[in-house]
Amino acid sequence: MSAILRFEELGKDWFGVPAVSNLTLDVPEGQVLGLIGENGAGKSTLMNMIGGVTEPTRGRMLWRGRPYAPASAAEASAAGIAFIHQELNLFTNLTVAENLFIDGFPRRGGLLRGLIDRGAMQRRAAGLLARLGLDVPPERTLDTLAPGERQLVEIARALHREASLIIFDEPTTSLTPRETERLFAVIEGLRAEGRTVIYISHILGDVRRLSDRIAVLRDGRLVDEGPAASFDVPRMIRSMIGRDLAAVFPERTRAPGSRPVLEVTGLSAPGVVENISLTVREGEILGLFGLMGSGRSELARLLMGLDRAAGGEVRLLGRPLAGGPRDRVRSGMAFVTENRREEGLMMDATIRENLALPGIESFSGPAGLDRGRIAATAEALRETVRLKAGDLGRQPVRALSGGNQQKVVIGKWLPVRPRLLILDEPTRGVDVGARSEIYAIADRLAAEGAGILMISSEMEELMGLCDRIAVMSRGEIVAEFARPAFEERRLLAAAFRSGAAPASEPATGTEG
Amino acid sequence: MSARPLAPQSTIDLATRAGPVLILVVIVLVFGLLTPSFLAAESLSNTAKQASFIGIAAVGMVFVLLTAGIDLSVGSVMYLAPLVAGLLMRDAGLGVAAALGVCVLTGAALGALNALFIVGLRVVPFVATLATLFLFRGFGAWLTQSRQLDFPDAIRGFGLASVLGVPVPILVFAAVAVAAHVVLRHTAFGRHIYAFGNDPAAAVKAGLPVRRVQAAVYVISGTLAALAGFVVISQIGRLDAGFGRGREFDVIAAAVLGGASLFGGIGGAGSAVIGALTIQAVKAGLVFAGINLYLQPLIQGAVILFAVFFDGLREARLRALRRRVIRPRGV
Repeated sequence: MSAILRFEELGKDWFGVPAVSNLTLDVPEGQVLGLIGENGAGKSTLMNMIGGVTEPTRGRMLWRGRPYAPASAAEASAAGIAFIHQELNLFTNLTVAENLFIDGFPRRGGLLRGLIDRGAMQRRAAGLLARLGLDVPPERTLDTLAPGERQLVEIARALHREASLIIFDEPTTSLTPRETERLFAVIEGLRAEGRTVIYISHILGDVRRLSDRIAVLRDGRLVDEGPAASFDVPRMIRSMIGRDLAAVFPERTRAPGSRPVLEVTGLSAPGVVENISLTVREGEILGLFGLMGSGRSELARLLMGLDRAAGGEVRLLGRPLAGGPRDRVRSGMAFVTENRREEGLMMDATIRENLALPGIESFSGPAGLDRGRIAATAEALRETVRLKAGDLGRQPVRALSGGNQQKVVIGKWLPVRPRLLILDEPTRGVDVGARSEIYAIADRLAAEGAGILMISSEMEELMGLCDRIAVMSRGEIVAEFARPAFEERRLLAAAFRSGAAPASEPATGTEG
Repeated sequence: MSARPLAPQSTIDLATRAGPVLILVVIVLVFGLLTPSFLAAESLSNTAKQASFIGIAAVGMVFVLLTAGIDLSVGSVMYLAPLVAGLLMRDAGLGVAAALGVCVLTGAALGALNALFIVGLRVVPFVATLATLFLFRGFGAWLTQSRQLDFPDAIRGFGLASVLGVPVPILVFAAVAVAAHVVLRHTAFGRHIYAFGNDPAAAVKAGLPVRRVQAAVYVISGTLAALAGFVVISQIGRLDAGFGRGREFDVIAAAVLGGASLFGGIGGAGSAVIGALTIQAVKAGLVFAGINLYLQPLIQGAVILFAVFFDGLREARLRALRRRVIRPRGV
């Protein structure tokens, strides 16, 4: 099978540091190529070169056998390459049909040829949506669609542009299991039509299942490549991190204590959660499992005082909490949101500024902020959380890889020594190596006596790390398991307990 | 997921669009109750005529706001563009139609200057148009030595005319609003404006002509501000040095009251119409109700504040409506 896209000794330097080097690889036409690697392995840089966002420093690309050097995203699109990112390139204020035809609306004829032919646009859009099995009226505004539906709209746009190579970059992070299944069926369909797919994901099982071939990047180099059938997950991990990952999950340093840190009794918010009672003890990691839309993130927001509860009580170290988030942070609560870009970080501020923020009051004295102490604290944190970064005082957080951004989000809470840390999907979109480091931070905090409430959709990580797991379904805690009782089947059964699907599909808002 | 009912979308749409109209209706009714003469056909027509001044410029402002930009120079364009036309009328004997053309073209050129700063030199819109606010007015003051300019009488033949009983300013306003509506809703250019305002980075990636779109909105805003100025000057027949000063705030307030978002991507030609009518209804209503002249700005400010507050409540309510419900209430 011939290569639709070929990299020849491709290289890209950032400020003299190679992000991709000496990469030679074929993307076979009509197949699915799985591309894996840790954050910072060079996947994003490679994608940016394909997409016309950055220019290679060395080597070249061949598209259908011809030299290919796109100068802009539009040029890559015109060549027939489409990207489906985690953040979709759609316009939420336009209709589904307008989103599909934004770069070339069907026009009316005759005197009115300046105007959009809405009838034709609606019909053609309906045809494209039908090909993907998306049953949504084309005149609906995009912001009323669920994340999975929006992603299918983006794929429909790629089909409309006759893209022959479609690159999926972590496409499942905001999808429900059902939406994910549908996406996989669509990808199968694209391949059956003869289109080429590059599939990038940290969920190695998915990559293995979808791909014909798998390529592994590490430190900007191609370290492993071959038919998917010859890859098992251990080989994938070994290639990605360059060693065997004996234990992703740390041995827990200390057994949990008995003193409760967080006591929740009868917490309710109409339409969101009902009669929630739970306890997190000193040094304990309590997992909170549930399907998307079961109310986990909403519960976290209630606990932090970000949303108001209608009834019930929250106590921290025995003291009832009544105030808002500021008050609760002062009492020793910390919250790492699932949404680091929007809610967890100041993306354009430096790493040091981000790290200093939660404890900013402790750094201020009569003469203003003690910059020396801030710098020293930030440097100490770099070691603690094993941050892979340049100059903390200069580099903006935006320039870090996803895993390292997440380490900043968690690390910034360490100096204030939280009594209770709420982690909401702390490893989403984070690679295996960084995951293991995040788990180690959680263990370390617990060993120092903090209580940790960890929300996750990944059962495996909860089972590997937590002392107990509570399961939420439709806004209620339906079961609780102690470590010896951890069993995948039982957790899932509990999560699905009260009927199959959540009451309504998410339209917008946070996941959880 | 396919079974999801479509009702919420229409509810949301209705609420979003109905809010500003509701505010306008309430204001008209309140003043109508206070002084029934406010509701007489003639005074309503007068209010609409006066609203056309701010309204025409507000249509242009909506284009700019849709891109998440702002144009603070409109008050100065209202002054400078008719001034250039007036000088040519006086010194070169230009006719009314030609003067209108010159005025509008001057407005377009001033808008293009804003576009040059903002798109070409990447100056933030707020700062760029704040600078041109002073630049344009300063240039006009230098041209006239801050003296009042009297226009030939012929010009009032235009501004005070009526067609089939409808005053010309209202006709111009209506034509501008309808044209803007068609452009915004039914042309690729219009939809590109919305797309750009919603997500500029995605617009670039989609290969849209973003620089052209962003430049065009400032040219449109300048053009319509000049037209608005001309419509008023052609009614009063003279132009003094303070004309248009501070009007940028009325114009922006009108667009926002009518439902255009300062953050881009939301609003339409209708926003300018509703907003301008609202502001003018308050102004006229206060006069009709015989409120102390010195109290009037205070009350106007309070009404705007209230309307924006009400708007904020509505937004919050909409967000709550769109929020996912995890479990039915009261279970």
